[in-house]
Amino acid sequence: MTSQQVKKLPVRVYEEWCKGCNICVAFCPTQTLELSSHGKAIVAHPDKCTYCGLCERLCPDLAITVRPRPTKNEASTVDSKEADDGKK
Amino acid sequence: MSDQAVTVSYLRSKKKYPSVWCPGCSLGTIMGALLRAVDKLEIPRDDIVFASGIGCTGRMPVYTDFNTFHGTHGRALAFATGIKMAKPRLKVILAMGDGDSTAIGGNHFIHTCRRNLDLTAIVVNNNIYGMTGGQFSPTTPLNHFASTAPHGSIDPPFDICNLAQGTEATYVARTTSYHVRPMQKIIADAIAHKGFSVVEIMSHCYTTYGRRNGFKDPVEMMKQEKENAVTLKSYEKKKAEDASYELEPGQFLTGVFVNDKNRPEYSRVYADLSARLREEQ
Amino acid sequence: MAKSRKKELRFYSGNEAIAYGALYAGCDFFGGYPITPSTEVAEIMSEEQPKLGGAFIQMEDEIASMAAIVGASLAGAKSMTATSGPGFSLMQENLGFAAMVEVPCVSCNVMRGGPSTGLPTKVGQGDVMQTRWGTHGDHPIIVLSPDCVAESFTLTVKAFNLAERYRTPVVLLSDEIIGHMSEVIALPEPGEIPLVEREAPDMPPDWYKPFELTSHGVAPLAAYGEGYRYHVTGLTHDEYGFPTSKPAEADRMLRGMMGKLNHHDDELMLYEEIQLEDAEVAIIAYGCTSLVMHRTIYAARQQGIKLGMLRLITIWPLQDEAINRLCEQVDTIFVPELNMGQISLVVERLNRGRTRVIPLNRVDGELFNPYDVAATIIAKVKGDDIEDDTTIPLEI
Ligand code: SF4
Ligand code: SF4
Repeated sequence: MTSQQVKKLPVRVYEEWCKGCNICVAFCPTQTLELSSHGKAIVAHPDKCTYCGLCERLCPDLAITVRPRPTKNEASTVDSKEADDGKK
Repeated sequence: MSDQAVTVSYLRSKKKYPSVWCPGCSLGTIMGALLRAVDKLEIPRDDIVFASGIGCTGRMPVYTDFNTFHGTHGRALAFATGIKMAKPRLKVILAMGDGDSTAIGGNHFIHTCRRNLDLTAIVVNNNIYGMTGGQFSPTTPLNHFASTAPHGSIDPPFDICNLAQGTEATYVARTTSYHVRPMQKIIADAIAHKGFSVVEIMSHCYTTYGRRNGFKDPVEMMKQEKENAVTLKSYEKKKAEDASYELEPGQFLTGVFVNDKNRPEYSRVYADLSARLREEQ
Repeated sequence: MAKSRKKELRFYSGNEAIAYGALYAGCDFFGGYPITPSTEVAEIMSEEQPKLGGAFIQMEDEIASMAAIVGASLAGAKSMTATSGPGFSLMQENLGFAAMVEVPCVSCNVMRGGPSTGLPTKVGQGDVMQTRWGTHGDHPIIVLSPDCVAESFTLTVKAFNLAERYRTPVVLLSDEIIGHMSEVIALPEPGEIPLVEREAPDMPPDWYKPFELTSHGVAPLAAYGEGYRYHVTGLTHDEYGFPTSKPAEADRMLRGMMGKLNHHDDELMLYEEIQLEDAEVAIIAYGCTSLVMHRTIYAARQQGIKLGMLRLITIWPLQDEAINRLCEQVDTIFVPELNMGQISLVVERLNRGRTRVIPLNRVDGELFNPYDVAATIIAKVKGDDIEDDTTIPLEI
């Protein structure tokens, strides 16, 4: 993996705001997320994520953000530079 | 921008998140949906007044970057009536709790419905007084436990949407804190509605209510909201197929129950009266 | 002043004068609920406000009325409500809120006999302490009491001016007699009485601190919808209006709030001294009671008693300087009131035994007969009354 090939997670959790309520973990349709041993949500299985955005909408503490669904030719984890450009 | 980026852009930079609310409390979810609804409607934030009364729900406005107001218990609608009548161009949105809106604020609630002043009331119904530690409210179901109903509540509960319909609110809808997408749409609809709109959001308080009533965590309460919600559409369909069909105990209807665009809006009526009188002079 | 044109003279009742005084002051929002004996104020407002482009709304109760005028004021209006005792009791909650969030507004209480439903069509002065301490917690409040129709007008204008200047609720404390009596008066021309407009912020919104302790004690107040998106809460708050429970910030907020009425005596501390120059005996009175005491003074002076009067126009903040001077000057102070002794309590407390303070109380719904009061005063002063004096013991 080169520096340009940093893999981006589909979902980001802002730990400072996460209260570990488990809602995102429980309702994620694909079991992408888990609670870490110190009680914060973590993206345990990034490959499972379907970018549905449910966790982002349900999180009461506004602590999750889901990246836009990658286009067809993109892999689910994409080059960081491209991703930033794509986000505009 | 992602949903969350939109939501967070409406938070006050001077007032730090995270919120005062307990882990798993739906108030943050509802606030997020409200902020995205406002964003969709493209209302300038300077023109929005976000007001509340007392209780956990009352703490919502302080985080948002609008003209915000945290009044006295139950009185939010009365303050809002003054704000709207003094400056009708302002969009006034309220967040209220179940006790706040239908117990101590019940009188203000029914008269605001009657007047049809253009305000939007988001009533977060968690069936309990959360901030004071879990006393039963006018929406606590019969036989459920609360700190002032240690033997089970004997008080018949209100149906907030029925109350709003009975007192002729012109927009009445219900959703749950699980159904975020419909919630966001309904809130946007309600804000755009010219008249008094009531959106009841079935929600949960694990800390003071769930624990006492056999739930193991907020997630379980949310699952129950998801399961107990029956959309008006599916109810009507089933009812048409089988006239004897009824909701099961615990189930509730969701959807838009009233959307009356014909009843005149109060501040408009007053402005017309005022214009006519001034012309006659 | 040159009289450019002849002013129209006509009869006004005290309540009418209050309503027209409010309109003169620029009141453009009235929210109220019907109650005797104040309803005429609301009736005139319902007639005039829509014609003038202001708002009138009849709310569902007095709790809501008080709330509505606070909301309206935050939206930039000059707002007012009018009520009487039972309604004023309901207003206490949001009157305290208005004081807490420092929102200018005027609440008019046309007093009737109390407590509770009491004597709805008769006079009383039993709400004096309630205007000061009716809502819970320490809070600043200004209370003004007119004693005639003309003053009902000018003092209403003053009430709005003080509310705007000090960012505080002002109570206009009238009573059934003043409210319902009629006098021929001429209303002042526009501009004759100066009006105070509230100070709006002019700094960039990011710098704005709506609850800042400024050098003159009062921060500018932005109206909702003008680009300053700030927070208002009845919780103890910091300079930005955000809730706080830090001891230092809580202390700063409350002391700052209480202190803002401290340094502006002349415009705030309104009173009138009547024949006090040579007085050896004095009356302290206000409202309808002071109105009839002029006759009492005349009658007593005919009997050789040098009687004068300190008439309180500003009831709260307490007129400690004027009352203290009087305690030094005279031998006896009579405090006639249509209650069981409310202002006499504070006079006693200020007096600290320097002179004799005698409350005269009437609570039957009737106004004092000035000659009866004169007879009582003469008897007490000459020492030929049989009873000992009836000073109410002071234990606050
Ligand atoms: S829903 Fe939000 S607060 Fe709860 S565990 Fe997930 S990220 Fe954390
Ligand atoms: S976006 Fe959907 S699939 Fe991905 S983690 Fe969130 S809930 Fe799960």
